[in-house]
Amino acid sequence: MKRRLKTLATATTLALLAGAAFADGHVNAAIKARQAQMQLYAFNIGQLGAMAKGEMDYDAAVASAAANNLLTLTKMDQSAMWPGGSDSMSVDGTRAKPDMWDNFPDVMAKGKALGDAAMAMQAAAGGGLDSLRGAMGALGGSCSSCHKPYREPES
Amino acid sequence: MRRLIVRLFLLGLLGFAAFWFLTRPETLPSDALEGLTADATRGETVFYAAGCASCHTAPNAESEGAPVLSGGQSFPSPFGTFIAPNISPDTTHGIGDWSALDLANAIKHGTSPDGQHYYPAFPYSSYSRATLQDITDLHAYMMTLPADATPSQPHDIGFPFNIRLSLGGWKFLFLNDDWITEAATPELERGRYLVEALGHCGECHTPRGPLGNVDLDQWLAGAPDPSGKGKIPGITPAQLDWPAQDLVYYFETGFTPDYDSAGGHMAHVIENLSKLDAGDREAIAAYLKALPAGQ
Ligand code: HEC
Ligand code: HEC
Ligand code: HEC
Repeated sequence: MKRRLKTLATATTLALLAGAAFADGHVNAAIKARQAQMQLYAFNIGQLGAMAKGEMDYDAAVASAAANNLLTLTKMDQSAMWPGGSDSMSVDGTRAKPDMWDNFPDVMAKGKALGDAAMAMQAAAGGGLDSLRGAMGALGGSCSSCHKPYREPES
Repeated sequence: MRRLIVRLFLLGLLGFAAFWFLTRPETLPSDALEGLTADATRGETVFYAAGCASCHTAPNAESEGAPVLSGGQSFPSPFGTFIAPNISPDTTHGIGDWSALDLANAIKHGTSPDGQHYYPAFPYSSYSRATLQDITDLHAYMMTLPADATPSQPHDIGFPFNIRLSLGGWKFLFLNDDWITEAATPELERGRYLVEALGHCGECHTPRGPLGNVDLDQWLAGAPDPSGKGKIPGITPAQLDWPAQDLVYYFETGFTPDYDSAGGHMAHVIENLSKLDAGDREAIAAYLKALPAGQ
């Protein structure tokens, strides 16, 4: 009996540990995924920005492709990338402030503002360099409007 | 540094009466603004270059439409938490009954209309370099903004910092309108005016001494974030090697050379800088590139 209890206790402990490990791995994977998502925004905007700055010749097809990618990215359902307990107070390796989880409607609004700016960019990108340039400011503003309240300073 | 030591020494020599005399709230002569005409449109540019809305709008206020300067944002510091007051044109709770001269005394000398010292959380130690013409224009513009009747809130500051009289000593040591760097061309001069006076970039990007003063020996070399987490980056050529064109683009759109986008308080600053003329953003970039390397 005693022995069986001991086995049970060990098994339970192991199960709990495994649960914790699963949660950990899950949180880490989610953080990596959302950071990758952000990097994909940045990469595609990089194509547009290089043209806007005059570092790359304007090419309507390349610009439209980048803007299409960006719009597609903003349409992804990201809910699984932001699990509870994955904020900067709870774990290392993230700059997402806990405030995000306390202000979900506002975070969603910022996400929607990005979607709107990406849509405007998709309409603008193929229409000539000036039209592309004109849409960059609003796009950058929509990224910053979320980084302003919800991202920790670099350490 | 030597100037500081000399001033400390002088301060030590003087008795309380002299101390009071030297540190009494300074004001401009009553005819200081005579002959200046106010231009509210130019004042709008001054307002954005100086970033008044970044501190004086309500916490989490939307950035669309005319700014409502109802106050309420809090600013933590080692001395306690300051709450920005209502500076909308409301005559009871804001500054609707202030003259342009009242505003000039607040901005250039940190002195209130009733002769009190303001705390340097209101960055008048940078604004002291602003021209009287710009302040006259700024006053005209601010009076066109919507009035708001939200009462200003008291600061949360402990003894002895809650005694405004003690600020006289601080001002004696640290408040002047000398330029921090040399400017060789008109563009650099404009950049210097935008950075050292209106933009008050040094208030965030420069580390502070023990008395909360900006440490001019480490001008724009980066500082701990006042929130206690992370740091504010240095922006002299020693810390930041972005080409001028990338700086200009950052000030316009918030995009870094890697197409990350600005966050934290800098996002407010970019909202303001993006409203200036392109030439002003170029002047700021030129100023940063011309700073001595190796600071
Ligand atoms: C709804 C809020 C939100 C929006 C909108 C947003 N971001 Fe972010 N971004 C964040 C947060 C939060 C982080 C920190 C994530 C972390 O470290 O877990 C971040 C991080 C980043 C990073 C760093 C990723 C890494 O590798 O650590 C980049 C680059 C970035 N964002 C670019 C952008 C760009 C470009 C846009 C606009 C197209 C944008 N973001 C829009 C919230 C947002
Ligand atoms: C970094 C934040 C910050 C910025 C930027 C800022 N202020 Fe303030 N301001 C404050 C704080 C904090 C106080 C309270 C100071 C005190 O009580 O001693 C204040 C006080 C004032 C007052 C005194 C109000 C009163 O009721 O006595 C005026 C006027 C004012 N600010 C105007 C401005 C103007 C105009 C600008 C732009 C040129 C500006 N401020 C920019 C933080 C700021
Ligand atoms: C209220 C505080 C504040 C003020 C005022 C301020 N900055 Fe900043 N600045 C920051 C913060 C915080 C960051 C980091 C932004 C981030 O995390 O995305 C930053 C970043 C920057 C960067 C990018 C540096 C990098 O390595 O990413 C530049 C360039 C810059 N600021 C220039 C300026 C200039 C020029 C001014 C004055 C016109 C100014 N800043 C005024 C807080 C401030």
